[in-house]
Amino acid sequence: MFDHAPSQKTLVEVDGLKLYFPITAGLFRRRVGDVKAVDGVSFNIYQGETLGLVGESGCGKSTCGRALLRLYNVTDGSIRIGGVDIARLSADALRRMRPTMQMVFQDPQASLNPRMTVAGIIGEPLDEHTTLSRAEKLARIYELMDAVGLSRDFANRYPHAFSGGQRQRIGIARALALNPRFIVCDEPIAALDVSIQAQVVNLLEELQDRLGLTYLFISHDLSMVRHIADRVAVMYLGKIVELATREALYERPMHPYTQALLSAVPEPDPVHEASRRRIILTGDVPSPANPPQGCNFCTRCPKVMDICRRVEPASRELEPGRFVACHLYETATTAGATAAENGSGKTRLSTNNPTTQQGV
Amino acid sequence: MPDGAQAVLHVEGLKTVFKVRGGEVHAVNSVSFDIKPSELLGVVGESGSGKSVTMMSLLGLLPSPPAEVREGRVMFDGRDLLKCSPKELREVRGLGVGFIFQDPMTSLNPVFTIGFQLMEPLRRHLGMNKTEARKRAQELLELVNIPDAGQRLGDYPHQFSGGMRQRVMIAIALACDPKVLIADEPTTALDVTIQAQILELIRELRQKLGMAIVWITHDLGVIAGIADRVMVMYGGQIVEQAPVRELFAHPRHPYTRALLKTVPSVLGKRAAKLNVIEGQPPMLIETPASCPFRPRCVHAVERCARENPLRRPVGNGHDVACFRDFDASGAVT
Repeated sequence: MFDHAPSQKTLVEVDGLKLYFPITAGLFRRRVGDVKAVDGVSFNIYQGETLGLVGESGCGKSTCGRALLRLYNVTDGSIRIGGVDIARLSADALRRMRPTMQMVFQDPQASLNPRMTVAGIIGEPLDEHTTLSRAEKLARIYELMDAVGLSRDFANRYPHAFSGGQRQRIGIARALALNPRFIVCDEPIAALDVSIQAQVVNLLEELQDRLGLTYLFISHDLSMVRHIADRVAVMYLGKIVELATREALYERPMHPYTQALLSAVPEPDPVHEASRRRIILTGDVPSPANPPQGCNFCTRCPKVMDICRRVEPASRELEPGRFVACHLYETATTAGATAAENGSGKTRLSTNNPTTQQGV
Repeated sequence: MPDGAQAVLHVEGLKTVFKVRGGEVHAVNSVSFDIKPSELLGVVGESGSGKSVTMMSLLGLLPSPPAEVREGRVMFDGRDLLKCSPKELREVRGLGVGFIFQDPMTSLNPVFTIGFQLMEPLRRHLGMNKTEARKRAQELLELVNIPDAGQRLGDYPHQFSGGMRQRVMIAIALACDPKVLIADEPTTALDVTIQAQILELIRELRQKLGMAIVWITHDLGVIAGIADRVMVMYGGQIVEQAPVRELFAHPRHPYTRALLKTVPSVLGKRAAKLNVIEGQPPMLIETPASCPFRPRCVHAVERCARENPLRRPVGNGHDVACFRDFDASGAVT
């Protein structure tokens, strides 16, 4: 991991990404509304870093990850990967871009073809995108299996013969086959057991070290994201409410939603749990088809003010590299920035690219 | 554990086997435990460790075949549930023991209203008439903090969100005031903020109603927050049992110790690398003759391969199924 020396070269630039799913009704499938799954999201991912994307189910984090690789056609906004705007590319040009960006899916059971052997699965991207000979291909497959810790003897077995953790390794080997620069990991450990999760996370980190990969790590597991991510973006109802470096976010969450989310994570420590003060949110997440007026979080926010129900808060850089979309900090911007400079000096914060613009 | 006299539920030597093509899966092997009145017993383990199967065996909830409860005694209310007729067992389910299932999306019947499903146990077990049952059903929904309880009785499950449905499930399980409530991963399918709401509700309900609860989960964090006593299961056996603070402060079994170390935290220092437990959980194709954790255990000795360790008490209400002793720092003594 590039914890202490982050490269400041931006690999992925997302600006104002919107993805709406139409709601249709009636005989002629007339469009009657939209599910605003991703509603104006902007962020950058630097080369070699891991950006964690967290949020609850239905907040649009998976949709956002898939849109980034253009597995969905985006409604609006731009996605630049290595300088190319893939949101507007033709199918043909997009196909030529595919080797640079890959994905690891959530459910290792569902994302592997049960009728293909492991060698077939890992080799399929090579068939599609390279002109290697059969022997070269097999050598590459073996190399990949070694890299993810699968025994070469298993090359001719089928996915059902593997456990969940091993299947996820197959999925990772397939994603690595074409030497991608950017990998979207969509909840890669959610379907795995606790004792297996750590194995897969360590593998992802090792591969990042070795191959200089850039990850977007999507997860609802805040403690695992704290472990793997360099920076973390918190999503709520299609929008990024807070984006900050890992240390800053977990030590001093600023957005009321981030605060509630962190306080809701149970800690494996009974002594601490007994004395803990929790923020219990009332109610449920509103429907993304009909988001509330003003701030999306205003229906559940414990610190809601009058303005929150009328005006949507803009995402502002309160401290270098720290973006929060909340009215609470509207007046306190200057004070916050000063406090950060006096606070614990974090290299990441001070070396941030000033031209970066994030949030809505 | 000998003090079965005061326990509300006493399980001894429970053994459940699944018949599968080409053999058997020994899902639960000689599991014994007690539940005392108004205590919250946490059961932790990975998938396939036998925690759900154990609890479902108690009430005859497993389809047979393939499942077969081969041995054991389950004493509840002065009788052995494993020897009860299906009719007697029906009386126990819902009335004596309530059950909350993992997935609130699939465990409610989509074609009946919430009100009907809440009133069903009340009318069946307590012989209430429609008006009484309706009144009680509304009280129950209020108890689990569902707003507009009276109105919502006429709604169908799809009109509720996941967290709300789990509340309805809890209300149904509590309908007949059971002595024991078994909750099988009740918050696993929910988001963290909704999970926090449900945990808060359970804390509140325990104070009000005081029933014994068995809480099955794989999340050590949840256990730390609500349990009084914890059982750790691995490979169909209980490998360690202790009061919650004792277990987290002095875990004895190598599996528990390793498990506590693999889980990252949102607080405290962030480790550079996660600790892992190498290898895979066991397949359980026969009655274990050796320690099930042996292939993954870093402290395994030759004896572990010969015998399956029995649980032995180590003081402070703590018992562990391991031949070896560890001191506070984790060194073998």
